[in-house]
Amino acid sequence: MAEPILSVRGLETFFRADEGTVRAVDGASFDLHPGQTLGIVGESGCGKSVTARSILRIVERPGRVEGGEVLLRRADGSVVDVVKLPADGREIREIRGGDVGYVFQEPMSSLSSYHTIGNQLVEAVRLHSSATKAEARARAIELLRMVGIPRPEQRVDSYSFELSGGLRQRVMIALALAAEPRVLIADEPTTALDVTTQAQILDLIRRIQRERNLAVILITHDMGVIAEMADTVAVMYLGKVVETGPVDAIFHAPRHPYTQSLLRSIPSVLAEPLSRLATISGSIPHPFARPPGCPFHPRCDRHIRGTCEAGAPPVVELAPGHEARCFLYADQAGGAR
Amino acid sequence: MVTYILQRLGLALVTIWAISVVSFVIIQLPPGDFVDTYITNLASSGSAVGAAEAQALREQYGLDKPIWVQYAKWISQISRGDFGMSMEWGRPVLEVIGDRLWMTIVISLAAILITWGIALPIGIYSAVRQYSIADYIFTFVGFVGLAVPNFLLALIIMYFGFKLFDLNIGGLFSAEYQLAAWSWGKAWDMAKHLPLPATILALAGTAQLIRIMRANLLDELRRPYVTTARARGLAEWRVIMKYPVRAALNPFASTIGYLLPFVVSGSIVVSLVLSLPTVGPLLLRSLIAQDMFLAGSIVLLLGILTVIGTFISDLILMWIDPRIRAGMHG
Repeated sequence: MAEPILSVRGLETFFRADEGTVRAVDGASFDLHPGQTLGIVGESGCGKSVTARSILRIVERPGRVEGGEVLLRRADGSVVDVVKLPADGREIREIRGGDVGYVFQEPMSSLSSYHTIGNQLVEAVRLHSSATKAEARARAIELLRMVGIPRPEQRVDSYSFELSGGLRQRVMIALALAAEPRVLIADEPTTALDVTTQAQILDLIRRIQRERNLAVILITHDMGVIAEMADTVAVMYLGKVVETGPVDAIFHAPRHPYTQSLLRSIPSVLAEPLSRLATISGSIPHPFARPPGCPFHPRCDRHIRGTCEAGAPPVVELAPGHEARCFLYADQAGGAR
Repeated sequence: MVTYILQRLGLALVTIWAISVVSFVIIQLPPGDFVDTYITNLASSGSAVGAAEAQALREQYGLDKPIWVQYAKWISQISRGDFGMSMEWGRPVLEVIGDRLWMTIVISLAAILITWGIALPIGIYSAVRQYSIADYIFTFVGFVGLAVPNFLLALIIMYFGFKLFDLNIGGLFSAEYQLAAWSWGKAWDMAKHLPLPATILALAGTAQLIRIMRANLLDELRRPYVTTARARGLAEWRVIMKYPVRAALNPFASTIGYLLPFVVSGSIVVSLVLSLPTVGPLLLRSLIAQDMFLAGSIVLLLGILTVIGTFISDLILMWIDPRIRAGMHG
């Protein structure tokens, strides 16, 4: 496959508090290729959003990116390690919005209610280009039309609270695309929306991706969305990527016990009536009390006593592009790292 | 939008009427009346007032009539622009208040501007650099500022001003302009005297305002729209000034109306200490003397100014808060 546009290696983002350190992202690695969609999936609190925010270095205090590499190939072909850039420097600000657009989960509160959506769009356009006010406004209207907002000439002067949730999320997408980035991070873009609107927003993302050959990182806890949208999948658990692979392999031949349990817990219309939905036993451990060894072992149904709690499991390549971080496959670890 | 403004205006008029009733009633509440106080004062200096004379005084001021008649007479006079006679000074109320009302407004506005000028930047800094050393220092100074009574501060500053710089900071005018008519020279003289008393008055609200601004901004800084703006590639200080600071300032617009009476009533003692020619000391004195027309007029005028201030802050809110404008259409 071609060179990845974004390559995350051993990313570590910690939240240091008086009570202890939360290792929100604890050595996550994955690659993103142009025109492809990477789905990051996992339960709430597993570090999906923090991973995505770490890529743009917009993690809220007291969170800090403390290790690893985020290698971004910029438009001119140069590769830059985002982790090494100063946090409010010129280059990282060019990358934010310019190279990587970000769509947030909460369309309700992610837009300022004191400024028109046009004001925010024009700002985003002008930050990354030399457009005049009038040009930027024309571009803003064009962006709104592109994301399917009716009567964009009028809507450009409205405020976010005058729009429905679906329209607001469309505005968020327009805002993320204002400076024509080559990577789009969509952080649970449909969680706050109703089902019909969800489908429309996903269609929109897919259409724009095709038109612009965008690389998309889609963060969700919804396996259905992953199945529909993703080319490759990274499954996260407690800050670690436990399994990555092509979407078909993940759905049809999941290898990590956590991925297997996640898939079992999806409700199916084919299920026996009145049968119980499978759940993952236990709950996510307290952030200050991470289990030793493999973090999933207390909830794992294929727990190997004496091994899983003793040390960190190896990353095993099971097939080209399909890796799992588990002791079950340690003996196949020909290509283990 | 016009309906909204007219509605507000109508409410303002009703409020002013209610204030006039309440202020009249309150002034009547203490036992006795001006004549009683007047007699006591004269008695303490050795001369006596006969019952007939007291009766004549009461008739002159209409104090023998029932309270609602007194009110009706008072309010109908006021609606014609006549605020009645001050009993204590023996001169028309308007003449007694005279320039003091404008002095009060000028000095209060100066104090408010200074308060904002000091408090808002510090509040913003404290919130953005929360738990930094500077934040702790400002917080400490702020709490000390909250705890120290203002008149004490005025006394201390006066003492050191006199001791170290041979400066007499009492009053608003130099001796030669004290009784002079208004001229450019007098206005300039006032402008020179204004900063110190205005600053002392300003320091009262400053500590509190720092705390409010800091808390407002800390709330706003955690909102998702701040992260969104950052993710767009906006520089950090522009993110903060354009979005959360804007939102954190909004509540201040709604308090503009209350600032004036707050400064006036909160500054009576300071005004006495600094011998400022404002209405505060006059109000205190008229209340002690039960000079009801003077006291009533001052309370009424302050009430009217508050209502006007509130009306103005409604207009400002309408102008700066798109959500309020949107609410008026739908």
